Amino acid sequence: MIDLIRGVGIGALDRLGSLGNATILWLTALSGLPRRGDLALLARQIYTIGVLSLVIIVLSAFSIGAVIALQFYVQLSRFGAEEAVGLGLAMVLLRELGPVVTALLFAGRAGSAITAEIGLMKSTEQLSSMEMMGVDPLHRIVAPRLWAGLLCMPLLTAIFNVVAIYGGMVVAVHWLGSDPGGFWSGMQDTVEVWEDLGKGMIKSVIFAVVVTWIAVYQGYATEPTAEGIGLSTTRTVVMSSVMVLALDFLLTLGMYGDFN
Amino acid sequence: MQMRTIEISVGAFVLAGFLALVVLVVQVSGVTLTMSPDTHRLLAEFDDVAGLRVRAKVSMAGVTIGRVSRIDVEPSYGVAIVEMEINDRSWPLPVDTGARILTEGILGARYIGLMPGADEEVLEEGGYITDTQGALVLENLIGELVTRLGAS
Repeated sequence: MIDLIRGVGIGALDRLGSLGNATILWLTALSGLPRRGDLALLARQIYTIGVLSLVIIVLSAFSIGAVIALQFYVQLSRFGAEEAVGLGLAMVLLRELGPVVTALLFAGRAGSAITAEIGLMKSTEQLSSMEMMGVDPLHRIVAPRLWAGLLCMPLLTAIFNVVAIYGGMVVAVHWLGSDPGGFWSGMQDTVEVWEDLGKGMIKSVIFAVVVTWIAVYQGYATEPTAEGIGLSTTRTVVMSSVMVLALDFLLTLGMYGDFN
Repeated sequence: MQMRTIEISVGAFVLAGFLALVVLVVQVSGVTLTMSPDTHRLLAEFDDVAGLRVRAKVSMAGVTIGRVSRIDVEPSYGVAIVEMEINDRSWPLPVDTGARILTEGILGARYIGLMPGADEEVLEEGGYITDTQGALVLENLIGELVTRLGAS
Protein backbone atom coordinates (compact mmCIF):
# COMPACT_ATOMS: atom_id res chain seq x y z
CA MET A 1 0.00 0.00 0.00
CA ILE A 2 2.74 2.38 1.05
CA ASP A 3 4.66 1.23 -2.02
CA LEU A 4 1.72 2.13 -4.23
CA ILE A 5 1.51 5.61 -2.77
CA ARG A 6 5.27 5.93 -3.12
CA GLY A 7 4.98 4.86 -6.74
CA VAL A 8 2.39 7.55 -7.38
CA GLY A 9 4.66 10.04 -5.67
CA ILE A 10 7.67 9.04 -7.75
CA GLY A 11 5.60 9.24 -10.91
CA ALA A 12 4.28 12.67 -9.99
CA LEU A 13 7.73 14.01 -9.14
CA ASP A 14 9.06 12.57 -12.36
CA ARG A 15 6.34 14.24 -14.39
CA LEU A 16 6.78 17.49 -12.53
CA GLY A 17 10.51 17.34 -13.16
CA SER A 18 10.21 16.83 -16.88
CA LEU A 19 7.41 19.41 -17.04
CA GLY A 20 9.75 21.88 -15.36
CA ASN A 21 12.61 20.93 -17.67
CA ALA A 22 10.39 21.33 -20.72
CA THR A 23 9.19 24.72 -19.52
CA ILE A 24 12.78 25.85 -19.00
CA LEU A 25 13.66 24.44 -22.41
CA TRP A 26 10.73 26.24 -24.02
CA LEU A 27 11.50 29.54 -22.33
CA THR A 28 15.22 29.38 -23.05
CA ALA A 29 14.59 28.51 -26.65
CA LEU A 30 12.13 31.36 -26.96
CA SER A 31 14.37 33.85 -25.21
CA GLY A 32 17.12 33.07 -27.69
CA LEU A 33 15.64 35.71 -29.91
CA PRO A 34 16.63 35.13 -33.52
CA ARG A 35 19.78 37.11 -34.22
CA ARG A 36 20.55 38.52 -37.59
CA GLY A 37 22.55 35.51 -38.71
CA ASP A 38 19.70 33.16 -37.81
CA LEU A 39 17.29 34.64 -40.29
CA ALA A 40 18.09 31.88 -42.75
CA LEU A 41 17.20 29.24 -40.15
CA LEU A 42 14.00 31.08 -39.31
CA ALA A 43 13.11 31.50 -42.97
CA ARG A 44 13.52 27.78 -43.56
CA GLN A 45 11.21 26.98 -40.63
CA ILE A 46 8.60 29.52 -41.72
CA TYR A 47 8.78 27.85 -45.10
CA THR A 48 8.23 24.39 -43.62
CA ILE A 49 5.60 25.37 -41.08
CA GLY A 50 3.84 28.21 -42.85
CA VAL A 51 4.24 28.05 -46.60
CA LEU A 52 3.93 24.28 -46.88
CA SER A 53 0.81 24.37 -44.67
CA LEU A 54 -0.91 26.77 -47.02
CA VAL A 55 -2.37 24.11 -49.28
CA ILE A 56 -3.99 22.16 -46.46
CA ILE A 57 -5.16 25.40 -44.78
CA VAL A 58 -6.70 26.80 -47.95
CA LEU A 59 -8.38 23.52 -48.90
CA SER A 60 -9.89 22.89 -45.47
CA ALA A 61 -10.86 26.55 -45.07
CA PHE A 62 -12.73 26.55 -48.34
CA SER A 63 -14.69 23.41 -47.57
CA ILE A 64 -15.43 24.43 -43.99
CA GLY A 65 -16.67 27.85 -45.09
CA ALA A 66 -18.76 26.30 -47.83
CA VAL A 67 -20.36 23.71 -45.58
CA ILE A 68 -21.16 26.23 -42.82
CA ALA A 69 -22.75 28.57 -45.34
CA LEU A 70 -24.77 25.69 -46.76
CA GLN A 71 -26.09 24.59 -43.37
CA PHE A 72 -26.81 28.12 -42.21
CA TYR A 73 -28.60 28.86 -45.45
CA VAL A 74 -30.82 25.81 -45.27
CA GLN A 75 -31.82 26.41 -41.66
CA LEU A 76 -32.09 30.20 -41.78
CA SER A 77 -34.12 30.27 -44.98
CA ARG A 78 -36.91 28.51 -43.08
CA PHE A 79 -37.30 31.74 -41.12
CA GLY A 80 -36.68 33.94 -44.12
CA ALA A 81 -33.40 35.09 -42.59
CA GLU A 82 -30.95 34.09 -45.32
CA GLU A 83 -29.33 37.48 -44.94
CA ALA A 84 -27.86 36.35 -41.64
CA VAL A 85 -25.74 33.71 -43.39
CA GLY A 86 -22.81 36.08 -43.86
CA LEU A 87 -23.03 37.30 -40.31
CA GLY A 88 -23.20 33.81 -38.81
CA LEU A 89 -20.39 32.57 -41.01
CA ALA A 90 -18.07 35.43 -40.09
CA MET A 91 -18.81 35.16 -36.37
CA VAL A 92 -18.29 31.41 -36.21
CA LEU A 93 -15.06 31.64 -38.19
CA LEU A 94 -13.45 34.68 -36.59
CA ARG A 95 -14.34 33.73 -33.05
CA GLU A 96 -14.04 29.96 -33.00
CA LEU A 97 -13.37 27.84 -36.05
CA GLY A 98 -10.59 29.89 -37.60
CA PRO A 99 -8.21 29.73 -34.63
CA VAL A 100 -9.26 26.22 -33.57
CA VAL A 101 -9.03 24.44 -36.90
CA THR A 102 -5.79 26.19 -37.77
CA ALA A 103 -4.37 25.12 -34.40
CA LEU A 104 -5.44 21.51 -34.97
CA LEU A 105 -3.79 21.43 -38.39
CA PHE A 106 -0.76 23.17 -36.92
CA ALA A 107 -0.50 20.54 -34.17
CA GLY A 108 -0.64 17.76 -36.73
CA ARG A 109 1.94 19.28 -39.05
CA ALA A 110 4.36 21.29 -36.96
CA GLY A 111 3.85 20.06 -33.40
CA SER A 112 4.49 16.43 -34.25
CA ALA A 113 7.65 17.35 -36.15
CA ILE A 114 9.04 19.34 -33.22
CA THR A 115 8.40 16.42 -30.85
CA ALA A 116 9.99 13.88 -33.14
CA GLU A 117 13.09 15.96 -33.68
CA ILE A 118 13.68 16.79 -30.04
CA GLY A 119 12.85 13.24 -29.01
CA LEU A 120 15.30 11.78 -31.48
CA MET A 121 18.01 14.24 -30.51
CA LYS A 122 17.51 13.41 -26.88
CA SER A 123 17.48 9.64 -27.29
CA THR A 124 20.60 9.66 -29.46
CA GLU A 125 22.36 11.92 -26.97
CA GLN A 126 22.68 14.58 -29.62
CA LEU A 127 21.54 17.27 -27.24
CA SER A 128 24.46 16.62 -24.90
CA SER A 129 27.01 16.06 -27.66
CA MET A 130 26.03 19.26 -29.40
CA GLU A 131 26.49 21.05 -26.12
CA MET A 132 29.91 19.49 -25.78
CA MET A 133 30.80 20.69 -29.25
CA GLY A 134 29.87 24.17 -28.19
CA VAL A 135 26.75 24.37 -30.39
CA ASP A 136 23.61 25.34 -28.57
CA PRO A 137 20.95 22.90 -29.81
CA LEU A 138 18.18 25.05 -28.42
CA HIS A 139 19.38 28.00 -30.34
CA ARG A 140 19.92 26.15 -33.58
CA ILE A 141 17.14 23.60 -33.60
CA VAL A 142 14.33 24.45 -31.24
CA ALA A 143 14.22 28.25 -31.23
CA PRO A 144 13.64 28.76 -34.97
CA ARG A 145 10.77 26.26 -34.86
CA LEU A 146 9.09 27.95 -31.93
CA TRP A 147 9.43 31.42 -33.38
CA ALA A 148 8.25 30.29 -36.77
CA GLY A 149 5.24 28.63 -35.11
CA LEU A 150 4.30 31.72 -33.11
CA LEU A 151 4.61 33.87 -36.21
CA CYS A 152 2.85 31.54 -38.63
CA MET A 153 -0.21 30.69 -36.55
CA PRO A 154 -1.92 34.11 -36.62
CA LEU A 155 -1.07 34.57 -40.28
CA LEU A 156 -2.41 31.13 -41.16
CA THR A 157 -5.53 31.88 -39.12
CA ALA A 158 -6.09 35.13 -41.00
CA ILE A 159 -5.68 33.37 -44.34
CA PHE A 160 -7.98 30.57 -43.15
CA ASN A 161 -10.68 33.07 -42.20
CA VAL A 162 -10.53 34.96 -45.48
CA VAL A 163 -10.61 31.83 -47.61
CA ALA A 164 -13.44 30.33 -45.55
CA ILE A 165 -15.55 33.48 -45.80
CA TYR A 166 -15.07 33.60 -49.55
CA GLY A 167 -15.82 29.88 -49.71
CA GLY A 168 -19.04 30.54 -47.86
CA MET A 169 -19.81 33.39 -50.18
CA VAL A 170 -19.39 31.19 -53.24
CA VAL A 171 -21.96 28.78 -51.83
CA ALA A 172 -24.44 31.28 -50.38
CA VAL A 173 -24.32 33.94 -53.08
CA HIS A 174 -23.17 32.31 -56.29
CA TRP A 175 -24.74 28.94 -55.86
CA LEU A 176 -27.79 29.33 -53.62
CA GLY A 177 -28.58 32.82 -54.83
CA SER A 178 -28.55 34.70 -51.56
CA ASP A 179 -28.28 38.46 -51.91
CA PRO A 180 -24.62 39.61 -51.96
CA GLY A 181 -25.50 42.98 -50.43
CA GLY A 182 -27.20 41.35 -47.49
CA PHE A 183 -24.37 38.85 -47.13
CA TRP A 184 -21.69 41.50 -46.76
CA SER A 185 -23.61 44.26 -45.01
CA GLY A 186 -25.04 41.91 -42.39
CA MET A 187 -21.47 40.86 -41.69
CA GLN A 188 -20.03 44.38 -41.64
CA ASP A 189 -22.79 45.72 -39.41
CA THR A 190 -22.09 43.30 -36.61
CA VAL A 191 -18.47 42.15 -36.77
CA GLU A 192 -16.21 44.34 -34.67
CA VAL A 193 -12.50 44.67 -35.21
CA TRP A 194 -11.35 44.09 -31.66
CA GLU A 195 -14.25 42.13 -30.23
CA ASP A 196 -14.35 39.49 -32.96
CA LEU A 197 -11.23 39.69 -35.09
CA GLY A 198 -8.76 40.79 -32.42
CA LYS A 199 -9.84 38.29 -29.81
CA GLY A 200 -9.76 35.50 -32.38
CA MET A 201 -6.19 36.42 -33.22
CA ILE A 202 -5.26 36.40 -29.53
CA LYS A 203 -6.73 32.94 -29.31
CA SER A 204 -4.56 31.76 -32.16
CA VAL A 205 -1.41 33.11 -30.47
CA ILE A 206 -2.36 31.33 -27.24
CA PHE A 207 -2.96 28.12 -29.18
CA ALA A 208 0.45 28.46 -30.82
CA VAL A 209 2.06 28.79 -27.39
CA VAL A 210 0.19 25.76 -26.04
CA VAL A 211 0.91 23.53 -29.04
CA THR A 212 4.63 24.34 -29.21
CA TRP A 213 4.93 23.94 -25.45
CA ILE A 214 3.30 20.51 -25.49
CA ALA A 215 5.47 19.53 -28.46
CA VAL A 216 8.67 20.51 -26.67
CA TYR A 217 7.54 18.80 -23.47
CA GLN A 218 6.67 15.55 -25.22
CA GLY A 219 9.93 15.59 -27.12
CA TYR A 220 11.87 16.16 -23.96
CA ALA A 221 10.03 13.57 -21.86
CA THR A 222 10.18 10.87 -24.52
CA GLU A 223 11.36 7.31 -23.85
CA PRO A 224 14.71 7.00 -25.60
CA THR A 225 13.52 4.26 -27.96
CA ALA A 226 12.07 4.19 -31.45
CA GLU A 227 8.72 3.17 -29.99
CA GLY A 228 8.90 5.94 -27.41
CA ILE A 229 9.40 8.61 -30.04
CA GLY A 230 6.42 7.35 -32.00
CA LEU A 231 4.34 7.37 -28.85
CA SER A 232 5.41 10.90 -27.94
CA THR A 233 4.59 12.18 -31.40
CA THR A 234 1.11 10.70 -31.21
CA ARG A 235 0.70 12.10 -27.74
CA THR A 236 1.64 15.59 -28.93
CA VAL A 237 -1.09 15.59 -31.52
CA VAL A 238 -3.71 14.11 -29.19
CA MET A 239 -2.85 16.32 -26.23
CA SER A 240 -2.58 19.45 -28.36
CA SER A 241 -5.95 18.80 -29.96
CA VAL A 242 -7.68 18.16 -26.65
CA MET A 243 -6.01 21.14 -25.01
CA VAL A 244 -6.88 23.44 -27.91
CA LEU A 245 -10.52 22.39 -27.86
CA ALA A 246 -10.86 22.62 -24.08
CA LEU A 247 -8.96 25.88 -23.91
CA ASP A 248 -11.10 27.31 -26.69
CA PHE A 249 -14.21 26.80 -24.60
CA LEU A 250 -12.60 28.43 -21.56
CA LEU A 251 -11.24 31.32 -23.63
CA THR A 252 -14.64 31.88 -25.21
CA LEU A 253 -16.24 31.93 -21.78
CA GLY A 254 -13.65 34.38 -20.53
CA MET A 255 -13.66 36.63 -23.59
CA TYR A 256 -17.36 36.71 -24.41
CA GLY A 257 -18.60 35.88 -20.91
CA ASP A 258 -21.88 37.75 -20.89
CA PHE A 259 -24.12 36.04 -23.37
CA ASN A 260 -27.23 37.86 -22.23
CA MET B 1 15.51 23.79 -52.37
CA GLN B 2 17.32 26.98 -53.25
CA MET B 3 17.56 29.49 -50.42
CA ARG B 4 16.34 32.18 -52.77
CA THR B 5 13.12 30.33 -53.54
CA ILE B 6 12.53 29.77 -49.85
CA GLU B 7 13.03 33.41 -49.05
CA ILE B 8 10.72 34.53 -51.84
CA SER B 9 7.95 32.16 -50.79
CA VAL B 10 8.34 33.11 -47.13
CA GLY B 11 8.06 36.77 -48.06
CA ALA B 12 4.99 36.08 -50.17
CA PHE B 13 3.46 34.05 -47.33
CA VAL B 14 3.99 36.79 -44.75
CA LEU B 15 2.59 39.39 -47.13
CA ALA B 16 -0.41 37.18 -47.88
CA GLY B 17 -1.01 36.78 -44.15
CA PHE B 18 -1.02 40.50 -43.53
CA LEU B 19 -3.12 41.07 -46.61
CA ALA B 20 -5.64 38.59 -45.22
CA LEU B 21 -5.70 40.56 -41.97
CA VAL B 22 -6.38 43.76 -43.89
CA VAL B 23 -9.17 42.07 -45.84
CA LEU B 24 -10.70 40.87 -42.58
CA VAL B 25 -10.57 44.36 -41.08
CA VAL B 26 -11.88 46.22 -44.12
CA GLN B 27 -14.21 43.79 -45.86
CA VAL B 28 -15.50 41.70 -42.97
CA SER B 29 -15.56 44.16 -40.08
CA GLY B 30 -16.64 46.95 -42.40
CA VAL B 31 -14.19 49.51 -41.07
CA THR B 32 -14.00 52.25 -43.63
CA LEU B 33 -10.56 53.79 -43.77
CA THR B 34 -12.04 57.24 -44.11
CA MET B 35 -13.96 56.81 -40.87
CA SER B 36 -16.44 59.64 -41.00
CA PRO B 37 -16.71 61.11 -37.50
CA ASP B 38 -19.48 63.37 -38.75
CA THR B 39 -22.33 61.91 -36.77
CA HIS B 40 -24.90 63.77 -34.79
CA ARG B 41 -26.15 62.78 -31.38
CA LEU B 42 -29.84 62.40 -30.82
CA LEU B 43 -31.72 61.21 -27.74
CA ALA B 44 -35.09 59.58 -27.31
CA GLU B 45 -37.07 58.32 -24.35
CA PHE B 46 -38.91 55.03 -24.63
CA ASP B 47 -41.15 53.36 -22.10
CA ASP B 48 -39.86 49.93 -23.23
CA VAL B 49 -36.97 49.10 -25.54
CA ALA B 50 -37.47 45.32 -25.21
CA GLY B 51 -34.08 44.00 -26.19
CA LEU B 52 -32.83 46.84 -28.33
CA ARG B 53 -29.05 46.68 -28.38
CA VAL B 54 -26.20 49.08 -28.76
CA ARG B 55 -25.14 49.25 -32.43
CA ALA B 56 -28.66 48.49 -33.59
CA LYS B 57 -29.76 50.21 -36.78
CA VAL B 58 -31.56 53.51 -36.88
CA SER B 59 -33.46 53.70 -40.10
CA MET B 60 -35.79 56.00 -41.92
CA ALA B 61 -37.93 54.81 -44.82
CA GLY B 62 -36.04 51.55 -44.66
CA VAL B 63 -32.63 53.15 -45.13
CA THR B 64 -30.08 52.89 -42.36
CA ILE B 65 -29.09 56.39 -41.35
CA GLY B 66 -27.43 55.77 -38.01
CA ARG B 67 -26.79 53.49 -35.04
CA VAL B 68 -27.77 53.23 -31.43
CA SER B 69 -24.74 54.29 -29.42
CA ARG B 70 -25.98 54.01 -25.84
CA ILE B 71 -28.94 52.76 -23.85
CA ASP B 72 -29.53 53.93 -20.30
CA VAL B 73 -32.39 53.60 -17.93
CA GLU B 74 -33.73 56.55 -15.96
CA PRO B 75 -34.70 54.85 -12.69
CA SER B 76 -36.87 57.61 -11.24
CA TYR B 77 -39.25 57.60 -14.21
CA GLY B 78 -38.66 54.07 -15.32
CA VAL B 79 -37.95 54.96 -18.91
CA ALA B 80 -35.13 53.99 -21.22
CA ILE B 81 -33.04 56.73 -22.76
CA VAL B 82 -31.54 55.78 -26.08
CA GLU B 83 -28.71 57.72 -27.63
CA MET B 84 -28.34 57.52 -31.39
CA GLU B 85 -25.73 58.66 -33.83
CA ILE B 86 -27.18 59.93 -37.08
CA ASN B 87 -25.04 60.23 -40.21
CA ASP B 88 -24.23 63.67 -41.43
CA ARG B 89 -25.92 63.08 -44.78
CA SER B 90 -29.32 62.58 -43.16
CA TRP B 91 -28.98 65.57 -40.88
CA PRO B 92 -30.83 67.75 -39.87
CA LEU B 93 -34.14 66.11 -39.00
CA PRO B 94 -37.40 67.98 -38.39
CA VAL B 95 -38.26 68.59 -34.76
CA ASP B 96 -41.46 66.53 -34.96
CA THR B 97 -39.65 63.40 -36.15
CA GLY B 98 -41.09 60.32 -34.48
CA ALA B 99 -39.24 57.23 -33.30
CA ARG B 100 -40.55 53.69 -32.99
CA ILE B 101 -38.88 50.49 -31.96
CA LEU B 102 -39.47 47.91 -34.65
CA THR B 103 -38.48 44.33 -35.29
CA GLU B 104 -36.84 42.93 -38.40
CA GLY B 105 -39.15 40.17 -39.50
CA ILE B 106 -40.88 38.24 -36.74
CA LEU B 107 -37.87 37.00 -34.85
CA GLY B 108 -35.31 39.51 -36.04
CA ALA B 109 -33.31 42.12 -34.22
CA ARG B 110 -34.87 45.27 -32.81
CA TYR B 111 -34.11 48.54 -34.50
CA ILE B 112 -35.31 52.11 -34.37
CA GLY B 113 -37.48 53.40 -37.16
CA LEU B 114 -37.69 57.16 -37.52
CA MET B 115 -40.87 58.62 -38.98
CA PRO B 116 -40.24 61.83 -40.86
CA GLY B 117 -41.78 64.99 -39.54
CA ALA B 118 -42.99 68.04 -41.42
CA ASP B 119 -41.93 70.89 -39.16
CA GLU B 120 -39.63 73.57 -40.49
CA GLU B 121 -37.77 73.66 -37.21
CA VAL B 122 -35.00 71.07 -36.95
CA LEU B 123 -33.62 69.01 -34.06
CA GLU B 124 -30.43 70.28 -32.58
CA GLU B 125 -27.36 68.27 -31.59
CA GLY B 126 -28.19 66.11 -28.56
CA GLY B 127 -31.86 67.00 -28.82
CA TYR B 128 -34.74 64.79 -27.69
CA ILE B 129 -37.21 63.11 -29.96
CA THR B 130 -40.50 63.59 -28.15
CA ASP B 131 -42.83 61.54 -30.29
CA THR B 132 -41.78 58.00 -29.38
CA GLN B 133 -43.41 54.63 -29.27
CA GLY B 134 -41.79 51.72 -27.44
CA ALA B 135 -41.56 48.17 -28.57
CA LEU B 136 -44.61 45.99 -28.75
CA VAL B 137 -44.09 43.30 -26.15
CA LEU B 138 -46.05 40.19 -26.97
CA GLU B 139 -46.62 39.23 -23.33
CA ASN B 140 -48.23 42.61 -22.59
CA LEU B 141 -50.51 42.32 -25.59
CA ILE B 142 -51.61 38.85 -24.59
CA GLY B 143 -52.10 40.01 -21.00
CA GLU B 144 -54.27 42.85 -22.13
CA LEU B 145 -56.30 40.58 -24.36
CA VAL B 146 -56.88 38.15 -21.52
CA THR B 147 -58.07 40.87 -19.11
CA ARG B 148 -60.39 42.32 -21.77
CA LEU B 149 -61.85 38.96 -22.56
CA GLY B 150 -62.31 38.33 -18.84
CA ALA B 151 -64.08 41.64 -18.35
CA SER B 152 -66.56 41.23 -21.17
